[in-house]
Amino acid sequence: MRKFDKDRLLLGLAGPALALVVAFLLTSVVLLLSGRDAIEPYQLMVENAEFTDVQVLILNQTGTYYLAALAVAIGFRMNLFNIGVDGQYRLAAMVSAVVGASVTLPGPLHILLIVVVAMLVGAFWAGIAGILKTTRGVSEVVATIMLNAIATALIAWLILPANLGVQPAGSNDLTTGEIAESGWMPGLDVEGGTVYGFTLVAFALGVVYWFVLNRTRFGFDLRATGASESAAQASGVDAKKMVLTAMLISGAVAGLAGMPLLLGQTHTYSLSFPVGVGFTGITIALLGRNSPVGIFFAALLISFLEKTSASLDTYGYEKEIAIIMQGLIVISVVVSYELVRQYGLRRQQQKVGEELAAQARKTKKEVAA
Amino acid sequence: MGVASAALALGATACGGKSSSDAGSDKDNPKAAIAYDIGGRGDQSFNDAAYAGLEKAKADLGVQTSEAEPSEGEGDPDKVQRLTQLARAGNNPVIGVGFAYAPAIAEVAPKFPKTTFGLIDDTSKTGKNIANLVFNEEQGSYLAGVAAAKVTKTKTVGFIGGVETPLIKKFEAGFAQGVKDTNKDVNVKVQYLTQPPDFGGFSKPDLGKAAAEGQLDAGADVIYSAAGLAGSGAIEATSKAKKWSIGVDSDQYNQQGLAAYRDYILTSVTKDIPDSVFNLIKSVKDGKPQSGEIRYGLDKDGVGLADSNPAYTKMTDVTAAVAKAKADIIAGKITVKTAP
Repeated sequence: MRKFDKDRLLLGLAGPALALVVAFLLTSVVLLLSGRDAIEPYQLMVENAEFTDVQVLILNQTGTYYLAALAVAIGFRMNLFNIGVDGQYRLAAMVSAVVGASVTLPGPLHILLIVVVAMLVGAFWAGIAGILKTTRGVSEVVATIMLNAIATALIAWLILPANLGVQPAGSNDLTTGEIAESGWMPGLDVEGGTVYGFTLVAFALGVVYWFVLNRTRFGFDLRATGASESAAQASGVDAKKMVLTAMLISGAVAGLAGMPLLLGQTHTYSLSFPVGVGFTGITIALLGRNSPVGIFFAALLISFLEKTSASLDTYGYEKEIAIIMQGLIVISVVVSYELVRQYGLRRQQQKVGEELAAQARKTKKEVAA
Repeated sequence: MGVASAALALGATACGGKSSSDAGSDKDNPKAAIAYDIGGRGDQSFNDAAYAGLEKAKADLGVQTSEAEPSEGEGDPDKVQRLTQLARAGNNPVIGVGFAYAPAIAEVAPKFPKTTFGLIDDTSKTGKNIANLVFNEEQGSYLAGVAAAKVTKTKTVGFIGGVETPLIKKFEAGFAQGVKDTNKDVNVKVQYLTQPPDFGGFSKPDLGKAAAEGQLDAGADVIYSAAGLAGSGAIEATSKAKKWSIGVDSDQYNQQGLAAYRDYILTSVTKDIPDSVFNLIKSVKDGKPQSGEIRYGLDKDGVGLADSNPAYTKMTDVTAAVAKAKADIIAGKITVKTAP
């Protein structure tokens, strides 16, 4: 039994490792084909990562991506594809910023209020897709994609100065007004910048994710429903309720993805609040195989690529190199996971076959004796 | 390929400077940098205008230049890092193109007190070493409105805004006021291509084209588009219908990419970003760095109406009305609204 686990671990690591090597090689081919140095960009990226402010940037981005990827992973575990994490994250950040700016409370309460509002809004937005799926059978893929577009339009309307937005004097930006200082979450001041306080909360949530999924009845029901809805139903799990609950939790976690930046840096939601976090979260959840540790390293890797490549263009390389690399990683991941899965399956079959054969030989000998 | 080799050359200079310039031996070796807005170089509009100013500084002042482009969907921390990196490399001034850089510049500028930071299109964040380069877009757009109201025969004109942001609303406000002040009976059709954070309305010509076709169907015969690269689609559609279009930011009659349609480009509302960038770099080089609000209005030709299309200059009644409106704005007789 122990040997089997080690095999599984090795196979689990082989997938991402294979994907990374292939993506790395393919990117080098792209660089060579376009007549570039195939090594220097990587060197520059590693050199960039030596600056402490870049390190802080990478870590903070990892926190944001970690939350977004957890939100996606919760859905994946349940066989639900929540593509709407981006819309849930943006709407939650916007509404919680509005609420946060309109009240002043003693420090921890103020922060707690903003966080709770963000979770509720995210859960609400994802819940729409959940209800559509459980009551009308609408695919959550379609519903969440459309809800992304609706969130964009809704935010654009809400942030108009005539509604909830504010246009600071002399600025061409629209914001939701600045959150009072009691709603700013303190961070860790290190050389090169500040690690947002919520970045640490994000990593702590990874532990919660692991515990709930692997050590609670709810987590078991969720995984069981994800593996086979009908089998779960037969054993007494209310599959519809699980679908809705999973969507709500996924949305609530998606709502948290905006918190590191909102509470730690901008203290307002503006037109330049980052977009696309939810989509990167899908990549990361895939790469990290929905495991809390895997997702952490995947988020770290993507953040590293993104932040260290940002200044490549000042050295004469297009920073899109990193985007190509990310795309190649995703493709390689899908292919290599399938290859590794098939290899593992064949190996297992062989092993079982051998054992059976050995047993058969043994019984034959015994009979002969 | 030319772009690529230019970028390589730039890369070489930036690379060499990185390790040695922290001490600040910039006097003999002046360096300037710009950080682009969304879309980056090649948008035929806002960013390219800033690039033109940087190129002029390189040619006329012998300044070494660097550029940095944003990633799609990035946030304030990325902008902070970009500006920090450019300042750390010894660039002075460091210019942020677009209002999105305001919070980042407010954070970085105090850390580099000897470096001047330029901030285009925003005066909300100020500081000793921050130069806020702003333009009276509404004044230029007002003149476009006057011209459009004079030229239209169907009594219907169109305005196409790229992305519905306060900045583009300034263009709309000025244009609509110019039209109405000239002829109350002219109807202004207003359409925005996308809502933030979808900034595709500045970069997708097909959106501009579809919007212009819609307005042409509704009877518009002059269309003013303030939509960056997406505006070229509007110009294409308008010109194919043999109706007038009005360009934006640079003199689009003279743009190579639009040469096929230029006979129908009545005029363009120009925004002199190149000179604002050049002036800032020059002021730093001369040891008297600009600081505070530097406003470019009609009076300094910071905004204006282009007159390179001969068909336009032949319409003397139109040009006379525009000239009069311009004089009135400069004299303060007309105040142009900045929001519709």
